[in-house]
Amino acid sequence: METAIEVRDLVIDRGKRRVLHGLTCEIPAGSVTGLLGPSGSGKTTLMRAMVGVQVVKSGRVTVLGSPAGASSLRHQIGYLTQAPSVYPDLTVRENAHYFASLYKNVTAADADATIKAVGLADAAKQLVSDLSGGQKARASLACAMVSRPRVLILDEPTVGQDPVLRDDLWRQFRELAASGVTVLVSSHVMDEAGRCDRLLLIREGHLIADDTPAAIREATHTTDLEDAFLHLIRERELV
Amino acid sequence: MNPRILASTIRRILSQLRHDRRTIALLLVVPPLLLTLLYYMFKQAHPVFDGVGLIMLGVFPFVIMFLITSIAMLRERTSGTLERLLTTPMGKLDLLFAYGVAFGIAAAVQASIATGIAYWLLDLKTAASPGQVIGIAIANAVLGVALGLFFSAFARTEFQAVQFMPVVVVPQLLLCGLFVDRAHMVGWLQGISRALPMTYSVEALQQSGASYLLWRDLTVVVGCIILALVFAAATLRRRTP
Repeated sequence: METAIEVRDLVIDRGKRRVLHGLTCEIPAGSVTGLLGPSGSGKTTLMRAMVGVQVVKSGRVTVLGSPAGASSLRHQIGYLTQAPSVYPDLTVRENAHYFASLYKNVTAADADATIKAVGLADAAKQLVSDLSGGQKARASLACAMVSRPRVLILDEPTVGQDPVLRDDLWRQFRELAASGVTVLVSSHVMDEAGRCDRLLLIREGHLIADDTPAAIREATHTTDLEDAFLHLIRERELV
Repeated sequence: MNPRILASTIRRILSQLRHDRRTIALLLVVPPLLLTLLYYMFKQAHPVFDGVGLIMLGVFPFVIMFLITSIAMLRERTSGTLERLLTTPMGKLDLLFAYGVAFGIAAAVQASIATGIAYWLLDLKTAASPGQVIGIAIANAVLGVALGLFFSAFARTEFQAVQFMPVVVVPQLLLCGLFVDRAHMVGWLQGISRALPMTYSVEALQQSGASYLLWRDLTVVVGCIILALVFAAATLRRRTP
């Protein structure tokens, strides 16, 4: 399968602390990959390196064949930060239209369609500051998806969402992947992991698994991914 | 720079301002109110009002736009919108110029109202024409925006950002010739005064018509704007630790 994102020996320090210790992985194109790990494991730092906003100590990250952060990639990548990064003093619609306007050939109609896709059609004319936490997160998600990028890097897109909406968002990620988009979704909850094509499990800046959910279950002789994660951690600690 | 992105970013910044009615009211009402206060303070000595009032017309846009811009830019940095913008096709200069133009437009409205009231209601008399005063006030506002964009890089919080105002603005205000004529200052103060951009915009306000001094002063102010924007661009890093 074609590789969309390739990470080689990535080392990242934040302050005096080493956050990623020579991480290597590949993310196949047209798939949904889950990036799982507890809070503080380095998920956000890895995603920031992929979109090219993270200072890297050593190693390299290649996205669609170009070094991460290359200007040619800025038309092709969508990034959802963990905290909603939209303008609270604008309406949902104004935010989506603004982010749409930064890309060539993305129209206001596309922006409105994206607002609908994240379930905010009824709140389109509300100021973001007046929305609930989950709605703010979805407004931010709409702004990341609005340009229909080839690579979507989503940092905890489903946190705090209502179960029906969460299901709907996951269905959309799957549809996007089926149409060739590479989707990377981070999460610290394991119940979403089963919906991914592949999983990257990271803990304390080390990659501890990189496989399909089924293969991880099988290798650890568990039926539950939470147990599989535990098994993998204990296994490492014994070595 | 990309004209489409520049235009839509200007529109976005003005929409943010439009949603904030109280800020608009403060922007438009405070300068005329303060000018009226000055007018009554110096009612017995009207020539003093002419001198001070004129300088204030140049000072207001600078101070207010410096403050507004440093907070607005700090918000972009702390809310994550800046990080997101830098992953899009937007260039750094698109963002910086958009702030310059958007707040320049706001300053033009502010300066027109304040200047109009000063001339027609408060009977301000100046060597310069009202049009010239408004033009210099806008240049001053853009200078405030450019310095605000630059200094916001050194503030982590809004508490810190507002404290750059006394650091950046007050020395310029003290040394621009508003309180003591520059010719009467000791030599080293005159030297510092000559190094500060507001000195030149105040001098420009005091010229009548298109003199050599007016163009020289405006050139200095525009040069400082460009310099501050270049430094501001240098503080905008795509990659952060």
